[in-house]
Amino acid sequence: MTQSAENVLDHFELFRGPEYQEMLVNKRQQFENRRDPAEVERVREWAKTPEYQEKNFAREALTINPAKACQPLGAVFAAVGFESTLPFVHGSQGCVAYYRSHFSRHFKEPSSCVSSSMTEDAAVFGGLNNMIDGLANAYSMYKPKMIAVSTTCMAEVIGDDLNAFIKTAKEKGSVPAEYDVPFAHTPAFVGSHVTGYDNVMKGILDHFWDGKAGTAPKLERVPNGKINFIGGFDGYTVGNLREIKRIFGLMGIDYTILGDTSDIWDTPTDGEFRMYDGGTTLEEAANAIHAKATVSMQEYCTEKTLPFIAAHGQEVAAFNHPVGVAGTDRFLMALARLTGAEIPVELERERGRLVDAIADSSAHIHGKKFAIYGDPDLCLGLAGFLLELGAEPTHVLATNGSKAWAAKVQELFDSSPFGKNCHVHPGRDLWHLRSLLFTEPVDFLIGNTYGKYLERDTGTPLIRIGFPIFDRHHHHRFPLWGYQGGLNVLVTILDKIFDTIDLNTNVPSKTDYSFDIIR
Amino acid sequence: MSALRQIAFYGKGGIGKSTTSQNTLAALAEMGHRILIVGCDPKADSTRLILHAKAQDTILSLAAAAGSVEDLEIEDVMKVGYQDIRCVESGGPEPGVGCAGRGVITSINFLEENGAYEDIDYVSYDVLGDVVCGGFAMPIRENKAQEIYIVMSGEMMAMYAANNISKGILKYAVSGGVRLGGLICNERQTDKELELAENLAKKLGTQLIYFVPRDNIVQHAELRRMTVLEYAPDSVQANHYRNLANRIHNNAGKGIIPTPITMDELEDMLMEHGIMKAVDESMVGRTAAELELA
Repeated sequence: MTQSAENVLDHFELFRGPEYQEMLVNKRQQFENRRDPAEVERVREWAKTPEYQEKNFAREALTINPAKACQPLGAVFAAVGFESTLPFVHGSQGCVAYYRSHFSRHFKEPSSCVSSSMTEDAAVFGGLNNMIDGLANAYSMYKPKMIAVSTTCMAEVIGDDLNAFIKTAKEKGSVPAEYDVPFAHTPAFVGSHVTGYDNVMKGILDHFWDGKAGTAPKLERVPNGKINFIGGFDGYTVGNLREIKRIFGLMGIDYTILGDTSDIWDTPTDGEFRMYDGGTTLEEAANAIHAKATVSMQEYCTEKTLPFIAAHGQEVAAFNHPVGVAGTDRFLMALARLTGAEIPVELERERGRLVDAIADSSAHIHGKKFAIYGDPDLCLGLAGFLLELGAEPTHVLATNGSKAWAAKVQELFDSSPFGKNCHVHPGRDLWHLRSLLFTEPVDFLIGNTYGKYLERDTGTPLIRIGFPIFDRHHHHRFPLWGYQGGLNVLVTILDKIFDTIDLNTNVPSKTDYSFDIIR
Repeated sequence: MSALRQIAFYGKGGIGKSTTSQNTLAALAEMGHRILIVGCDPKADSTRLILHAKAQDTILSLAAAAGSVEDLEIEDVMKVGYQDIRCVESGGPEPGVGCAGRGVITSINFLEENGAYEDIDYVSYDVLGDVVCGGFAMPIRENKAQEIYIVMSGEMMAMYAANNISKGILKYAVSGGVRLGGLICNERQTDKELELAENLAKKLGTQLIYFVPRDNIVQHAELRRMTVLEYAPDSVQANHYRNLANRIHNNAGKGIIPTPITMDELEDMLMEHGIMKAVDESMVGRTAAELELA
């Protein structure tokens, strides 16, 4: 059954044909020098034991499948949240190809971003010329309103000084002197994508508030009643920020979203390509200094930004990606306190509906064990929600989680009877999690697309929540925040629970006494 | 609290940078200033005389042991020595491997982020040899050192290095705020040393801040891992360092953008002072044996 132009087979079918199967068998037997299958099996089983886990957790010089990305990815994410802003990464092209493809694979949308194309000569002589030419080209070709510069490993190792380079590029006429080119050093080998988000957010606010790198007077804060909102690095940014805007609207709060990525990654297909869409206007970014307070939805995405804002006289409040009833309650009550706004009846009714939905399905979630991995704030938000549902977040793992984060997760465990047998794993990777899923199994795993390998190896059903999600489409368009978001997360979890029950009960006249129509 | 003053010492390797800087900073501390020394040399010997020991716990060695620099606390790396001078050493790789320049960047970022510069009047960076890469220029970036002091002597290569460092400063002076504070001549007892140093300073558009005479007492103090200020506070040499400290203190805001010269101009200057004879171009590149035959 070979294929022809009239009958093109996709790879699901093609390689199952006898000619390919035969070829694969021959290749295995003749060329692959296969180990004794019994020995392979023995090692496979050994890797599931506590003995192996002990060795695995003693691992020092190797990371396997880290659940994090690098700073410049977060830098690009933060930059595109500003009106007509082109992220400009000072470094080599391959790095930028990675950020663009990573976002495109998750959001199924193009992501605009340029690099300064550093090569061998730039590594030796410094990347000043790349900055000069790159800014000039980016400015004239893509006509952005602002270019936000960040760096990759290469530029950082050779010590390129962005401040000096950008000034020199302006003197050489790459872009007009008064043109906005905020910058942040974002070495990819330090921290993770959430650090990069933080650095660029701070870099942009620093630029507008504190004198545009010495080229303009610093802004004097004249407090008004507005609220700034920072969402942080978020795979659900489109749905989440729209939900936040709806909530602010319902409460009648005057707000500015700093880094508004809600319109970037679901641009309508109406015949017009939008290289830039939406975003916080530059004027809003500057005027955000006058706000009464700034709310960060993800503490670990704003570890430097929030103190910077607080130092300018604003009140700041940080949350850890709140999901569910209590998390959303705290968020809304903080908004009410900061602004004096009432929490409207509509939101109260939404809360009631979420509580109702939780109660309706409680029998299926209560007591279930989960492993969660992802970014530090998302882990906290989801773990909090699971505890609220009477489920146990048995393992909570963040490769980019710090000791302070781990203490916070432990505090959360301690606050609930369901947290008694739960463990937090800061700085661990997915190979550590693999061991844990064997030695201390859970019912479900929550994580991003990379979790599907753990699902296959350990048989733990994967619930896809996180970033990146490459193999399911469009979930970024739906919120996780607010009571509506809580409902989405609840339904996502329930769907997997019911699918799993069906899978486990579908053998005719063997298990199908429980293959029920009604769950 | 007065505004934080940040200075840096640069100069050719082996010229006595660390000795001169530590003695001068000890004198500044004596004057009541609160001082932080940031050693930016993989050899980690910029604070040896203040601490009476070579600092073993450098930022980078501790970071390597802990896994990452984020796992460090400021108390782990900061040592307090003579006259309550606070000392940190960035440290760095063994010769021949890794990237010491990146180490300087990492260390300075760590110090700034962890509040090492709070409650301090002076931060002094002691930087190795030459501005060989972007990392070693970290202390002269915007908002870091305001003035650079170049330690040199009357030797040709020391002056050559001083001129090169001026080129590095010039690169950053235009876009940032760094200035050349002046030259410090550490006497080697070469011919017409003072004259040469003054002349080079003039050519670079700066001044000779101080001429530190050679005195064996420096060596004696150094063997005891002490500054002269501590070892022999009443000595003449200690007073020289006090004078130098005073000059530097009063030099705030008086730095200049240097005007480096070419190698030819430098050679001309040496000839002018009769240190070097005019070279007969026909003799260049010929061995002694060849010249004998000619």
